[in-house]
Amino acid sequence: MTEPLLAVRGLCKSFGGIAATDNVDLDITPGEIHAIIGPNGAGKTTLINVLSGLLPSDAGTIHFDHANITRASAPARCRRGLARSFQITSIFRNVSALDNVALAVQSAAGHSFRLWRPARRDPALRGPARALLERVGLADRATVMAGNLAHGEQRQLEIAIVLATRPKMLLLDEPMAGMGIEESERLLHFLRELKEQYTMLLIEHDMDAVFALADRITVLVYGRVIATGTPQEIRANPDVRRAYLGDEAAA
Amino acid sequence: MTVETPATVPQSPRLTTRLRDARTSVALLLLAIAAITPVAAPALGQPFYVDVTARIMIWAIAATSLNLILGYGGMVSFGHAVYLGIAGYTVGILAFDNITNGFIQWPLALLICGLIALVFGAISLRTKGVYFIMITLAFAQMLFFLGISVEKYGSDDGLLIFTRSEFDFGFAELDLSDATTLYYVIWILLIGSVYLSHRIVNSRFGMVIQGAMANETRMQAIGVPTYRYRLTAFVISGMMCGVAGLLSANFERFISPDVMNWPRSGELIVMVVLGGMGTLFGPILGSVAFLLLSEILSTWTEHWHLIFGPFLVLVVLFARGGLSGILDRLTGRADR
Ligand SMILES: Nc1ncnc2c1ncn2[C@@H]1O[C@H](COP(=O)(O)OP(=O)(O)O)[C@@H](O)[C@H]1O
Ligand SMILES: [Mg+2]
Repeated sequence: MTEPLLAVRGLCKSFGGIAATDNVDLDITPGEIHAIIGPNGAGKTTLINVLSGLLPSDAGTIHFDHANITRASAPARCRRGLARSFQITSIFRNVSALDNVALAVQSAAGHSFRLWRPARRDPALRGPARALLERVGLADRATVMAGNLAHGEQRQLEIAIVLATRPKMLLLDEPMAGMGIEESERLLHFLRELKEQYTMLLIEHDMDAVFALADRITVLVYGRVIATGTPQEIRANPDVRRAYLGDEAAA
Repeated sequence: MTVETPATVPQSPRLTTRLRDARTSVALLLLAIAAITPVAAPALGQPFYVDVTARIMIWAIAATSLNLILGYGGMVSFGHAVYLGIAGYTVGILAFDNITNGFIQWPLALLICGLIALVFGAISLRTKGVYFIMITLAFAQMLFFLGISVEKYGSDDGLLIFTRSEFDFGFAELDLSDATTLYYVIWILLIGSVYLSHRIVNSRFGMVIQGAMANETRMQAIGVPTYRYRLTAFVISGMMCGVAGLLSANFERFISPDVMNWPRSGELIVMVVLGGMGTLFGPILGSVAFLLLSEILSTWTEHWHLIFGPFLVLVVLFARGGLSGILDRLTGRADR
């Protein structure tokens, strides 16, 4: 078997008494889409927060791309190629969509200690940023202030920002959250397109999307992994049906 | 997921469009008025206003420096006047010890400001919000009390500066003992500070400090270690404020601990907020409004604070974006 791109062992994170991430092991193979599913409050977002370095872990190790990144800072992890999106849209609301992406392009381009030349006229930043906006379908919205974009457009922008950091692997936290059916559909196609290029850890509520996209699925309940396997295996797993899928069927 | 790229792409504002917005026009007008004040004020029988304008310009440099970190970086430094004191005392103490060469005084003053800003910033930028405000205040007060306690240099009576900084270029001399020369040095350095701010806030570096203010988490998540950029901005800002400090010491021929006492830092914040945080010319508008109003009101009544205080509250409450914001609204400029 190929060596995993992301390898997690015994990862723990608790808030007060609540174990939001409880002894999680995870191996993500290069090129796969690995979905994480689980009920609300299962600890999916916390897992991404810990993997991306925005929250420190309490125990366990994280290896990414042959390096131990357990103690690395969030910016350092991003620069190694581990980029994340946010379930609750996190963009720079008071500047244009293009500025948002250009800033991420700038970060990927190296250090930002350039204090003189105007960044907004730098083709090395604007060009790639514009190409990315086009890729996510926001080309004609480039100059709109990000905070004024429609919700779905902000979600697309979120993805463009992530891609602009030139990642090897994406950590996507419910990228379709709050999107309409048509928008979700388009994003689904787009994610499939991205699969050619990136390894992905995908958190998603929409089960149809998950089963359509994922190569493997990990089920998280109360911070703990209760099952990992192919979509077929997960569908057939009685624990999963009881803990999670069953709920949905009942609803 | 492809859409045609629009043919025309708006660039950042050109000079022509910038001239059209009101706050810029007003600020440029004020700078033009300042340029002719040394001639016009005496001709109008008000020579007193030359000094008033010079002082306003010095404060405007200090406010511009604070705006760089407060307005564009969200760093509420409540001890910014300390750099006025550090630079002022460097000039004063050197002059006291008979070193009046400006080529030594000024770079040394700015270097010391930079180093102290580096130390203060390195520690205080580890904190956020109210803690940051309090710790910058505490550092500044520490130096204020140091100034008070050093008797050799006048303690709280301050230190007279008998000779202004001397710049001998060999072929020519810049004679700051000439009031008009000093006045125009101040005028040029004010324009220089605003221009430097303009370059910085629009540069890659400027994008980072503004991004870190708007959304720190996102900034970290796209791979930018924000701390070192903030710290750099903090140091630049401290040094720029040092320029105001050494100009003030030369202008007044006097330096006392009072220039770095906390009310001065508070006034700087008020000037920036009043003028419009995060706008290039806001600090100029703010310092003109603040100092002229307090000047005029204080000639009307000794209780001028009773009018001034509520006025400030009203501006802050009802004019988001300060005076810049009011000017924009008067001329119907919607953005920002
Ligand atoms: N910053 C936090 N402080 C305290 N508790 C938190 C924090 N973030 C998440 N939690 C708790 O951790 C658990 C997992 O939350 P979360 O990771 O957001 O779940 P999910 O994304 O799967 O819905 C929940 O019980 C939540 O209340
Ligand atoms: Mg979540």
